[in-house]
Amino acid sequence: MTLETMDITKARVVTEWKYTRPLLACRFDPNGKFAVTSSEDFTLQRWEMAAEKPSPVVMKAHDSWVHALAFSPDGTTLISGGCDGKLIWWSMIDAEPKPIRIVEGHRGWIRNIAFSPDGKSFASCGNDRTIATWDLAEGKELSRLAGHERDVYSVLFHPNGRELISGDLMGKLHVWDIGTRAIARSMDAAPLHTYEAGQRVDFGGVRCLALNQDGTVLAAGGLHKASNPLGAVHEPLCLRFDYASGQLQKSHVAEGITGGVVWSCRFLQDGTLAGVSGGSTGGFLLFWNSESDKNIHRLQLPNIARDMDVHLDGLRIGTSHHDSQFRITALFAAV
Amino acid sequence: MKPPIAKYACRSTEHLQARRQFLGSVAGGAMAGTLGLITRGAAAEQTKQKDMRVVVFNLHGGLSQIESWDPKPGRSTGGPCRAIPTSVPGIHISELLPYTAQQMHHLCLMRGVNTSEDDHGKGAYLMMTGRRQSPAADYPQIGAVASRMLTPQQLELPGHIMITPSGGGGRNSDSAYLGPKYASVVLGGGSPPNYSVRPDNIPEDVEAHRHELRRQINEQFLSKRRTAITEAYTHSYEQALRLMQRRDTFDVSKESEKDQERYGKNDFGRHCLLARRLLESGVPFIQVVHSNYDTHNENFGFHLEQLGEFDQPFATFVADLSERGLLDQTLIVVLSEFGRTPNINLYYGRDHWSRAWSVLMGGAKVKRGIAYGKTNEDGTEVTEGQVDHGALFHTYLQAVGVDSTQSIDVNGRDMPLADPAAKPVWDVIA
Repeated sequence: MTLETMDITKARVVTEWKYTRPLLACRFDPNGKFAVTSSEDFTLQRWEMAAEKPSPVVMKAHDSWVHALAFSPDGTTLISGGCDGKLIWWSMIDAEPKPIRIVEGHRGWIRNIAFSPDGKSFASCGNDRTIATWDLAEGKELSRLAGHERDVYSVLFHPNGRELISGDLMGKLHVWDIGTRAIARSMDAAPLHTYEAGQRVDFGGVRCLALNQDGTVLAAGGLHKASNPLGAVHEPLCLRFDYASGQLQKSHVAEGITGGVVWSCRFLQDGTLAGVSGGSTGGFLLFWNSESDKNIHRLQLPNIARDMDVHLDGLRIGTSHHDSQFRITALFAAV
Repeated sequence: MKPPIAKYACRSTEHLQARRQFLGSVAGGAMAGTLGLITRGAAAEQTKQKDMRVVVFNLHGGLSQIESWDPKPGRSTGGPCRAIPTSVPGIHISELLPYTAQQMHHLCLMRGVNTSEDDHGKGAYLMMTGRRQSPAADYPQIGAVASRMLTPQQLELPGHIMITPSGGGGRNSDSAYLGPKYASVVLGGGSPPNYSVRPDNIPEDVEAHRHELRRQINEQFLSKRRTAITEAYTHSYEQALRLMQRRDTFDVSKESEKDQERYGKNDFGRHCLLARRLLESGVPFIQVVHSNYDTHNENFGFHLEQLGEFDQPFATFVADLSERGLLDQTLIVVLSEFGRTPNINLYYGRDHWSRAWSVLMGGAKVKRGIAYGKTNEDGTEVTEGQVDHGALFHTYLQAVGVDSTQSIDVNGRDMPLADPAAKPVWDVIA
């Protein structure tokens, strides 16, 4: 597989694995052996990548939906964060993973989890407007960062290991100094937030964050042009920032998609930014480069998508869908 | 004037047409609309129920019953929100309403509502009038009927007030054949009625003289041509004048700082506190509109946001009425035009659903701490205690001591207060 050459213009869905209920989040493990999804039935599903038609191992411990999944860098532990406010440690070396630790992590929904570069700790964030950092081995809360005025949707460690980035409903991006536990600086992602006065709702926010490999470029994804938030009329948007200066470099759009939000984004090996959009226009994989606001390529997926991750090989993207399918898209030409 | 009601996600316009906003000022409000003002002696003498009042919280757009009063945790329709216990053992509601859960012993859940109407405008009409919309007739809303039956003669304030999230003031045409005297006065954004401040360039004595002159001319005119129209005209001017003198009633900043903190310094918190203030001033009917629940998209996030705003002020309002001894006299109703689909759509949304949803009542003569009616495990059908808009309308009136089966004289014609084909839900009346 690794002999293939990445070509996003050849992107195509190559695998579909169906669960019994609509899927929510998805992640590949860092060793490339498993994919894990979450579903509207409160469970997680572990899929064996090597199997042709895998039957998922179902992992149940949450009392609600799970939107946040993250593997430790060595792949041995999965952390799930639910709308029940719980953080659950799962041992992924077991044939049938069971919870090894359950912690009440946040009051209300946990929105996102990210591991530190050294893998010894991770951060979680949620609707209680806080970010918490946790010791992986002991499960101890290391810090509780308060500074956002609304729900915190996204969190990400910088590869320098000293900084943590978080984004909220209002489009505020904070860079935290992990040592001092203070906000070192902020960036403005306000285009990702809409207040629709007629419907009296705040909407949008920083739905996802991604850094390129050397940590010089930050992407913040979500939506804009929310003329009818309650009716799913809004367009996907991904903002590209120079990380050091905090300057906005590009506002990546997807023309013609009038119902979509970038649920997740990642930088591919060649620096291309990939995002998954789901909404009333359907599901799409979108690809942008640093030269243009407009996407350089897009692939319409068979169903609305809700999350994505990039496989270890960098050549495959996994997406979770409302139609209960976990799909894998190959980013290379068919033989 | 901008419409006071927030726009819907599904772009429905019918509700706006149905409301037929009357764009007049306070003084001019009575000069248009229907003209069936009750002036006959017999009607005017009908007994007012002593100090009984009604407050309706209208959660506009269609509150999801599953994220509020009838959660289905763990079911395919349940979504991510959990159920929490309430102050009544055995009754659980959504975790999005933790403060309200602690007031459940004052409240009554109606979990078997089936109105079979999924259109915003038509749903709102039937929930507010107790009847299905028809081109053949227009019916007064519950506020107009309550105002007609409950307003004391000596009340200086309007008997029917609607507090909207935004927009201007003015008067609605929601009283049908009861006439403009019972139509709602709108407090847009919780602000006092339009034009209720004497302009600075008109001194008090000049204004008094102008009103005296108006009265003299009116009397002269009325001595020969007294009609329902002229009565409405005169009433409207006199009510506007009294209302200007009582303008402080609409100012929640007159309430203690502590109370303002308890209700929350957001729009809905202020509107709930204003509702309490108006109740204590004797206003018999108040509608507080909270918007917007038409969540076809990202239903759960939006309900977190909207109910997060609703919960604490509403629960504080219920608790205050109880502590102040007002709850026995005050019917509280929380309604929408319909509920939302048990099915979760592709966009984490829920759509319109009227076949199995919930209404909350409390206070007055309503039994406390009960859940009446049931839906099936997935919330798709009513399985027990089914009620509709007509039955609810009767029940609201009975709960404040008004015989809902009676008729009133409107210009010589007997008009039933509520749909004669429906009956009250006696099981929830103490």
